Amino acid sequence: MKKNKRFRLLGDIIGMAAAFLIFVVPFIFILSNSLKDRREANLLQLALPETFVWKNYSEVFTANNYILLTAFKNSILLTVFSVGGLIIVCSMAGYILQRRKDGLTKAANFVTMMGLMVPPAILPTIWITQGLHIDGTMFSMVMIEIALQIPFDIMLYRGFVGTIPIELEEAGYIDGCERLGMFCKIIFPLLKPVTATVIILNAVSVFNDFTNPLYFFPGRKNATVQLTLYNFMGQYQSSYNLLFADVIIITIPMLILFIIFNKRIVDGMVAGSVKG
Amino acid sequence: MNRKRIYPAWFLLPAMSVFLVFFIIPMAVSFFFSMTVWDFSGFTFCGLDNFALFFSERSLSHSVVNTMIYAIGTSGLKVILAFFIAVFLTSGIRTKNLIRSIVFFPNLVSTVAVGMAFKALMHPTKGLFNQIIAFFGGHGPDWLGNVDMALYSVILTDVWKGVSVATVIYIAGIVSIDKNYYEAAAIDGANGWQKLKNITIPLCRPAMNSVIILSFIGGLRSFDLIWSMTGGGPGFASDVLASVVYKQYAAGFYGLSTAGNVIMLILIGLLAFPLQKFLLSKEVE
Repeated sequence: MKKNKRFRLLGDIIGMAAAFLIFVVPFIFILSNSLKDRREANLLQLALPETFVWKNYSEVFTANNYILLTAFKNSILLTVFSVGGLIIVCSMAGYILQRRKDGLTKAANFVTMMGLMVPPAILPTIWITQGLHIDGTMFSMVMIEIALQIPFDIMLYRGFVGTIPIELEEAGYIDGCERLGMFCKIIFPLLKPVTATVIILNAVSVFNDFTNPLYFFPGRKNATVQLTLYNFMGQYQSSYNLLFADVIIITIPMLILFIIFNKRIVDGMVAGSVKG
Repeated sequence: MNRKRIYPAWFLLPAMSVFLVFFIIPMAVSFFFSMTVWDFSGFTFCGLDNFALFFSERSLSHSVVNTMIYAIGTSGLKVILAFFIAVFLTSGIRTKNLIRSIVFFPNLVSTVAVGMAFKALMHPTKGLFNQIIAFFGGHGPDWLGNVDMALYSVILTDVWKGVSVATVIYIAGIVSIDKNYYEAAAIDGANGWQKLKNITIPLCRPAMNSVIILSFIGGLRSFDLIWSMTGGGPGFASDVLASVVYKQYAAGFYGLSTAGNVIMLILIGLLAFPLQKFLLSKEVE
């Protein structure tokens, strides 16, 4: 028994050391270099800064006429609208797809499950938004983000609705509850745990999305945080201090989210992937 | 009780109409536009010319091979590494939750940021990787500048960022295994390796299948990490289908770009669907 204990302690130490070296050191590297002056940061050393240059951070914010502020505004709006829309449309659809079994729901199930695998057709989507005269607008970007997340979210909601006893609805129906009212008052509140998962997972993926804004949301006034970081890479190629300061700024919201919702994020990802 | 009346079909309408307009219709018309030369406002039909060009031009056809290497490389490494990390973390060590959180966090960092950081770490002369190698007397490679190496360097970064998702899926699978099996095996005198091979691996098969499918499809579709680390370079050495789609779009060859998109779709259809069928059939046994 004693040997076993010592063995485990060794495991703890080795595990922590490996995790620290492989997964934490890169972040320390980024943080430390974001606080160096330009010359020192460009040496790309892991060492602590000789002097802490906090003004890197203000410089990143003021760069290109405060584009980072525009980017944060756009990214936050995009995230809020997309996640809000997704909750409404996917909770309704997931509920019906779980409860009602007929040809229509079978077809809907099939297309959404296919959507989990198939890559989006990008240029035709731009063509559609142009045809609707909404290309390059926040509205079209929100719609596209929603369309791309629908399969995953419907799957989460459908799975969770299966755990809600059906008697509740039958009772509500007999009591003469109107259908939309019943959904809003009885079902939706019961979906709270999965809604929380949907909020967190989608917020992370929409906020971190780079590819879709690159295609569908071009132009300076449409900057998002990920696009801004990408453009900084071209512009400040030789100023790693500023680049890393930008990385830290856009990573902090995710870090806060992770510290608060650690368990929910991890469980949500497992639930989503195992059912798929 | 009339089920259809309690569960109105119009509840599906908002989700399905958005999905139809912004996903299904674009996908359907992509097959047509991949056979045209077009610029959003007008098109001329050109049959399969785009596909013929795609496979005859090495800078383009090479991306299909790279996409396969990338998908197999990332999913293979994740399937194996994540399994051992998961076994390690479920072996009763006390710092399990802390280590899991540390391993998981990179997953929430934006891909562009990860790409940028690793580009700096992989700098041929100043980068931390090569400084460590030099410290031990070796001579580090040009991770991202070497034609034969660039794609593999990006694969390693992808695994660093994404191994955690696979790990937590495995952990969920391993934790759900009935403890009685292990006790019975211990009474029969099985050693650790035998328990791993005969209990853990077969019984976390469903988790393993999820990991394989998810990371394989993710690998086939991957774009942002490659784009932010190498831009498909040097030359076109690390171009994958998704980066060719973007490059041809940026160059104004919309028909060719759409053809690349369709090839990616067909590749996923040809590989991922049968793979999933195959894995699920194994699971039942």
